[in-house]
Amino acid sequence: MKVSYYPGCSLEGTAKDYAMSIQGICTRLNIQLDEIPDWNCCGATSAHSINHRASIELAGRNLNLATRPVRFGLPHADLLVPCPLCFNRLKTAALALEGDQKEHYRITLPDSVPQIWEIANFFAEDNMLRRVAKHVEHPLKNFKTVCYYGCMANRPPEVAEIADYENPMSLDRIMANIGATAIAWPFKTDCCGASQVLSRPETVTRLVGKLFTMAQQVGAQAIVVSCQMCQANLDMYQAKISADWGKHFNMPIYYFTELIGLAMGVPEAKKWLSGHIADPFTLLRELGL
Amino acid sequence: MPETTTIYPDYQFIQEIESYGPFGAEACFQCRKCTNGCPVAFAMDLLPDQIIRMALLGQRDTLLSCNSIWICIACETCTTRCPNKIKIAELMDGLKEMAIQAGIPCPQPQIRTLHETFLENVRKRGRVFELSFIRNYMFESGELRRKWNDGELSYDLKLGLKMAAKGRYLFRPSKIDGQEEIREMLAYAFAGKSKL
Ligand code: SF4
Ligand code: SF4
Repeated sequence: MKVSYYPGCSLEGTAKDYAMSIQGICTRLNIQLDEIPDWNCCGATSAHSINHRASIELAGRNLNLATRPVRFGLPHADLLVPCPLCFNRLKTAALALEGDQKEHYRITLPDSVPQIWEIANFFAEDNMLRRVAKHVEHPLKNFKTVCYYGCMANRPPEVAEIADYENPMSLDRIMANIGATAIAWPFKTDCCGASQVLSRPETVTRLVGKLFTMAQQVGAQAIVVSCQMCQANLDMYQAKISADWGKHFNMPIYYFTELIGLAMGVPEAKKWLSGHIADPFTLLRELGL
Repeated sequence: MPETTTIYPDYQFIQEIESYGPFGAEACFQCRKCTNGCPVAFAMDLLPDQIIRMALLGQRDTLLSCNSIWICIACETCTTRCPNKIKIAELMDGLKEMAIQAGIPCPQPQIRTLHETFLENVRKRGRVFELSFIRNYMFESGELRRKWNDGELSYDLKLGLKMAAKGRYLFRPSKIDGQEEIREMLAYAFAGKSKL
């Protein structure tokens, strides 16, 4: 299986662990990731916040590149995007560049652009679940987690084209498929504060503290994510957030791809986890994983 | 006696806002569902439903100088839940753009600096190089000084060192062939031509 791939800027840097886990499981699953040649930043929150045109055209350039032939073959039908914000911006651009106002932009899309996939929804499709299930060697027995989806993978539904946006199930299905228990909880899509970790860190402390409190209350041992921004905000400041809340938050924050890798017995999985700040190993050891 | 304010409506202003959209603001029936789901309403001086109300009443100065449009995290909860499909989050973006064009001082200057430093980084290389983006932002926004004064810097420094030890930073920025294209694209968009 071959797909086009748009990693996005943070997967080249602070989210290298996420990038390696995606590459690692795709290799095992025989999925070839063809990176869009010469891709650029999607513009992220900053572009859409202060310049609408820049936000559509920056993201649009990548869509155009994704329609070019790959290695002398046809362009792939699917474009896989691990960062939910990149996914959201690429989808928004596709809608704008195909909509009523398309002639106002200085980028034109060809008739067919690949289908843009947020990575958790991609891996939660039936055929992908079956593909992974065939490779599961160490089911994550007794692993109790909550799945945290954040904002951009599912909202707004007209952009994300997701039906279960208030109670998404993609990560929950992926967890069940590798033998873990995904506990139902009410904060699946509540915001983590995103880029305000830099500009208004107190917002992140408040929002993430709420998430931890609820995760503990429902008996989760861990939180599973598919977004590197959520991962960073939940993983990196636990000591500080605990101090501000007067509580003890100590919870490993895993990318779902890392857990798929563990379940499939990919040897490098432990190396991906070593990039985390909140200790991811103690829990796994306790569960004999 | 409660304090009273007199508002002089300007029913034309909404057309100007909508020209950045359309956002469909005129369908608002003030149910407040947007505000009830907003994760940062606690920090806003005007709540999301009030923003829409003020927009319909044409309260230009109040809207363009409020802190809410900058405090909004663009989580899209309001837009998702509005029964009238009003694009509230997108309208907030339009207001930020209008405020910048009108030269109105930003009440949350570090947020504006964050966006500008980020896009400057994109302009330079086509992709964001996190280390230089964060360094420039910390200096230019005054956050470095604030953290130093508030005693928060040591947590961040320790975290930064830990991240470096774990190999989480890219030390050499990647550059793209289409750099010139990106520069031209941003120059055009920022030359007052963002509005469609
Ligand atoms: S949810 Fe929509 S209709 Fe209700 S107050 Fe907000 S903008 Fe108005
Ligand atoms: S998009 Fe902004 S205004 Fe709307 S709910 Fe989220 S933070 Fe609040």
